[in-house]
Amino acid sequence: MSNLKSMIYNCRQATFLIEKRMLGSLTFRERIELRIHLTGCDVCTLYVKQSQKINEMIKQLFKKPENNKVTLEDEFKEAMQQKIQRELNKN
Amino acid sequence: MTESAPDTRQLDPHNWVKHYADYLYLYTITRIKDEEQARDLVQETFLSALEGMERFAGKSSERTWLTAILKNKIIDTYRKRSSGLKIVDVNEPESTAPDFFEADNGHWKKEYAPVSFSMGSEEGLYNKEFNQILQKCMQKLPALWMAVFTMKHLDDATTNNICDELKITASNFWVIIHRAKLNLRACLQKNWI
Repeated sequence: MSNLKSMIYNCRQATFLIEKRMLGSLTFRERIELRIHLTGCDVCTLYVKQSQKINEMIKQLFKKPENNKVTLEDEFKEAMQQKIQRELNKN
Repeated sequence: MTESAPDTRQLDPHNWVKHYADYLYLYTITRIKDEEQARDLVQETFLSALEGMERFAGKSSERTWLTAILKNKIIDTYRKRSSGLKIVDVNEPESTAPDFFEADNGHWKKEYAPVSFSMGSEEGLYNKEFNQILQKCMQKLPALWMAVFTMKHLDDATTNNICDELKITASNFWVIIHRAKLNLRACLQKNWI
């Protein structure tokens, strides 16, 4: 019980469980602990919202690299092609 | 006669650069934010592929095969970058990063407690500027954290997989995810408001 009580006020542990819940899964006990904590903690409730948003933004950031159209320079490609050619000619 | 289409089940190294160099480079640069290193990895991929040509079984497309070789090289790079950071003691308080919580009771420290990002509306988050700040904040993360983050969010890799490939334990994985997010969020709060 004292364990549960300290959890109710422990934002460090709560944010840990929030992250774990978002990317994995919680045990039954962890779920209860977190729910109780969030009922009484506005700051961590805001943290949940922000953390989810950050995950979405990261996904977007990763998924849209074509926005800044990255390609290799022709010179580098040329040099690479020559290296490959040399390797192929060895055999 | 079939022109060497990119989905051919045979290897055609003469056309690798033409067909795949840009694709592989893009794949790399989204995972390794270092142009020089990304270029080198693409080149190494082609050279390794040449050496391993007899191991190509024709079961996947040429592009898939090359990407698999590249992926291994990227993970090697993550490992190298993060060597020395590998051991994260779960019980040890953050030593390099600031601790966002009171030591005795785990409450948010006042100066680090989350405050609403933009005028009370989270809508403002969808914003180019915010994206740039996010990118900068991510670059500040330690290499191992960044690797874990990238693999989880970009490749949707399973936790087990990530732990295996980066040689970390499951509990370390969650500690890293937690710390990375706390630091990222704090960095955003500091630079956005």
